[in-house]
Amino acid sequence: MDSGFGSDFGGTGGGKLDPGAIMEQVKVQIAVANAQELLQRMTDKCFRKCIGKPGGSLDNSEQKCIAMCMDRYMDAWNTVSRAYNSRLQRERANM
Amino acid sequence: MESAWSSRGTSLGSSDPQLQRFMEAEVQKQRVQLLIHHMTELCWEKCMDKPGPRLDGRAELCLVNCVERFIDTSQFILNRLEQTQKARPLFSERLSD
Repeated sequence: MDSGFGSDFGGTGGGKLDPGAIMEQVKVQIAVANAQELLQRMTDKCFRKCIGKPGGSLDNSEQKCIAMCMDRYMDAWNTVSRAYNSRLQRERANM
Repeated sequence: MESAWSSRGTSLGSSDPQLQRFMEAEVQKQRVQLLIHHMTELCWEKCMDKPGPRLDGRAELCLVNCVERFIDTSQFILNRLEQTQKARPLFSERLSD
């Protein structure tokens, strides 16, 4: 991500930097990084949960398990996000 | 990535206060996102036995409690470390500095 970001800025060398365009670009880069984080962790968790001894292919029960695992991991991520933000708001209210 | 990211933000922000504030806000948001990823991993291991067709109430309550207790644990550890630091310094500098 960092090198991509750098080269993007390099491309605008010579001209004046447009803060609005930079901000939009940064937001997209961060959103992509966040999605990649989630995907990597979900893949690791669901592999551990659903795959016993790896066979020659993913069988039906493994695929069903992975599908359910993905959905539940997304649920867990949403629940954790809500709980964390709720806690932050309570802590701020008590300051 | 963190230090490179921060230094990049600093160099950019030196010319534009609006951009500087924006970069600081985005870095902070990213820290929060990484913490949420970390807590999700931890709490998934503690609360999710076998993924079923839906998130049941027991698992959801466990996840919420897990987040709350993780934050409580972090605060407890930091507070105790600061108390211990006053009585018997382990580090050359104060944590809160």
